[in-house]
Amino acid sequence: MKLSVWTYEGPPHVGAMRVASSMRGVHYVLHAPQGDTYADLLFTMIERRNTRPPVTYTTFQARDLGSDTADLFKRAAADAYERFRPDVMLVGSSCTAELIQDDPGGLALALNLPVPVVALELPAYQRKENWGASETMYHTVRALSVAPATPTRAPRPAGQRARCNLLGATALGFRCRDDITEIQRLLTALGVDVAVCAPQGANAADLARLHEADFNVLLYPEIGRTTAEWLKRTYAQPCTRTVPIGVGATRDFVQEVATLAGIDLDARGGLDTFVTSNLPWYSRSVDSTYLTGKRVFVFGDATHAIAAARIARDELGFTVVGLGSYSREQARDVREAAALYGVEALISDDYLEVEAHVSALAPELVLGTQMERHIAKRLGIPCAVISGPFHVQDAPARYSPQMGPEGTNVIFDAWVHPLMMGLEEHLLTMFREDFEFADGTRSHLHERPALADTKAFSVTGVVFDEASGEPVTADVVAVDDMLEEAAPVVSTTAKWGPDAERELGKIPFFVRGKARRNTERFAVERGLAVITVDTMYEAKAHFGR
Amino acid sequence: MTALEVSPTGCDDRSLPILRERGQREVFCGLTGIVWLHRKMQDAFFLVVGSRTCAHLIQSAAGVMIFAEPRFATAILDERDLAGLADCNDELDRVVSQLLERRPEIRTLFLVGSCPSEVIKLDLSRAAQRMSRQFAPRVRVLNYSGSGIETTFTQGEDACLASLVPELPANDSGAPGLLVVGTLPDIVEDQFARLFDAMGMKNVQFFPPRQSVTLPAIGSGTRVLLAQPFLGETLRALVKRGGTHVPAPFPLGALGTTAWLMQAARACGIDAATVADVTALPERRAHTALERYRTQLRGQRVFLFPDSQLEIPLARFLFHELGVELVEVGTPYLDRQTVSSDLDLLPAGTRISEGQDVDAQLDRCRAERPDLVVCGLGLANPLEAEGMMTKWSIELVFSPIHGYEQAGDLAELFARPLDRRTRLAV
Repeated sequence: MKLSVWTYEGPPHVGAMRVASSMRGVHYVLHAPQGDTYADLLFTMIERRNTRPPVTYTTFQARDLGSDTADLFKRAAADAYERFRPDVMLVGSSCTAELIQDDPGGLALALNLPVPVVALELPAYQRKENWGASETMYHTVRALSVAPATPTRAPRPAGQRARCNLLGATALGFRCRDDITEIQRLLTALGVDVAVCAPQGANAADLARLHEADFNVLLYPEIGRTTAEWLKRTYAQPCTRTVPIGVGATRDFVQEVATLAGIDLDARGGLDTFVTSNLPWYSRSVDSTYLTGKRVFVFGDATHAIAAARIARDELGFTVVGLGSYSREQARDVREAAALYGVEALISDDYLEVEAHVSALAPELVLGTQMERHIAKRLGIPCAVISGPFHVQDAPARYSPQMGPEGTNVIFDAWVHPLMMGLEEHLLTMFREDFEFADGTRSHLHERPALADTKAFSVTGVVFDEASGEPVTADVVAVDDMLEEAAPVVSTTAKWGPDAERELGKIPFFVRGKARRNTERFAVERGLAVITVDTMYEAKAHFGR
Repeated sequence: MTALEVSPTGCDDRSLPILRERGQREVFCGLTGIVWLHRKMQDAFFLVVGSRTCAHLIQSAAGVMIFAEPRFATAILDERDLAGLADCNDELDRVVSQLLERRPEIRTLFLVGSCPSEVIKLDLSRAAQRMSRQFAPRVRVLNYSGSGIETTFTQGEDACLASLVPELPANDSGAPGLLVVGTLPDIVEDQFARLFDAMGMKNVQFFPPRQSVTLPAIGSGTRVLLAQPFLGETLRALVKRGGTHVPAPFPLGALGTTAWLMQAARACGIDAATVADVTALPERRAHTALERYRTQLRGQRVFLFPDSQLEIPLARFLFHELGVELVEVGTPYLDRQTVSSDLDLLPAGTRISEGQDVDAQLDRCRAERPDLVVCGLGLANPLEAEGMMTKWSIELVFSPIHGYEQAGDLAELFARPLDRRTRLAV
């Protein structure tokens, strides 16, 4: 039994729903009590889907438990087939149905439906959403594929363009919609055709012909790796290893694809022809010097977190002070990556543990999920979202991939925007003693509205003012957060002397919090009872910057 | 506008045709009530004993994270608990100790049962008794079920309040008093308190209270007035403790609010003239506020999917005060004891459906092509994409809609989608 306030991933059957919702001609019959239908609104609201997820729930009730829930399942499955006529049917249990052990797979087979039925066994008390999606994709592909006796692959006929599949993109995946478009563009430019993109956009026939492509491009390993590895074992179908997020990774990816597809990049104008990005120059431009050594904390699913850490250090010149993931299945990869930055990986799905970690590290920028956005807001640290779980505001209308060349531009903007611009930082230092330059004056950064008596509530991420019923901005939520729970104060026995307090007030507001924390830590570590002006500058000299 | 004619007994023999359905339901379970209950009683904590699905549901219904550390959480059962390797009760004790240590300001802890805890027959009432002894007097520990196999959406509040009823202090004096039952936003509660006060009604209490430790007293003099229709179990528990039910239409709209106040006053021996004096001004104000939306909504055909049990009172409001034509009024559960006053005021022949078979109901809705569909968030965008106009029903639960001053706001919630459609040229 584990105490949980917020969860990064849903139960595994939500992962199965993501796969079913991504595909065409698939229907999922889920043995589940009433209430589990809440999952529909993740799709219709967060992603603004214009259709209901293709899921039938049995919605059994207490009175059904005494009679025959198995019969209820059979009727629901038969009715769902009649109504929706899918090409393939997925069946399974949610957490409660798992306990009553009705065996949806066996029951569905007994119906002798004229389509393939994939029985999903997704242990809800051990596993989570991404694993559920991965298993669902894998078992559906297996159920629809005919495996050869030995894994052999004939060489591609001369003159025929190379073809690949894109694996792992699903509904509710972070920026999947645009990543697919961007990678397809990149592959087309390279002269590689995309045979199937799965699960997103695929139907049953597409899954059955996955093995026909020359190789696989694994975009989201959390969801596609198990399938990609099976295809490799079974059909000797190779697969890319690099996820093309960031300039370096996109370059590595293009080289990998070129090798797999037998493309001579040099003859085609070289790598730079295909990976054009504004990031390298923007990062070298003098304004970006203020990014140097900014301390960043990175957290997300393994794929996005590992990619973000590489970009942060190598492409923006940040210092990675923390790297972690809630993806336990990929913990080894995250630990290996963390070692590159000299930090210990945080593998946790405990939101409070992550918050404590961020609080202790006091980074200058947080790159995380929707959860870290809230942690960062509460602690007053700028934040950019790099991974799911995400909020409706991170499903933007505009084209904003994370992958490929355009992804690097999107990332530069998204990560730099929350930070104070270099020139502004400089001007603030110049003018900070001007009487008109009040604390809290910021140019492009949003002010927090002074809504002390606003009470906000929220329905699936849309936040409403309790009194007016009007939707309010995310910033108001932050205000409410602060009203609810005071920001944690570093425990200290050292008191601020009046001179030191005045001196602290002269420090620009955007670094004042850090100066305060560092000074207090310095004083506590040295057992000083009172903080003087000297203590402050001693601490500054000690910690640097 | 003429006043609503409310039968004093709240029971009319006229029966409406009810379509009873048993198929797939597209509704939340009772755990969802935690979202508003924890805000009402700010010294209470709600600990769901359930699965990751339960945690994910509350998180999704609440919107991701209003608070950094909310006053609700889930004790997630894992395979060790199910395999019997870990004694669930020991584990629960450990989790609760950890929680109460972290949140010393908590005065009442609700252990909330879920589908998995019900199915494995985890006895939360015994656990609550054990913990109450352990943590007394600092923390009272109660339990109720918010499971989907037993409760639908707002029934979670009913179960929660019913679990509090035995804790109410007894008022053996027989002195008359009014108990208003059902979570209302504080601002609405204050408006009603001022009106009752102006009528000369003393000893008016609200339940649930704002602080879980200041529970109202109950006794033979207590008149019980429901402010929400989904509180049947709580009502029956209060009646068992000596209270007398005051049947009334619910205080939605100008007429509904007056009828509700009138019934309460009558039960407490206040004469009609006093009520009329006190309510005349705010009622007129509410009519003015409604008038603007009446022109937009009159004659519009509205289809309500089942959601919160507020559907019958809302339908009465839409029909009587906005001139709406009711195509179908769905409700997850029809409790005649609580909604009969509103039910009696619906026009003859209104199609009422109880329970749900969502695909069949969608078929009926598509065939009818109503002007406005009131439905949950899982259905709203898909129906909009089919060209229908929708109003999300959950907003009717989370927004202040009761009373005179909110009558215009309530109408506006229905008018806004229509207004929006006329504005958009894309």
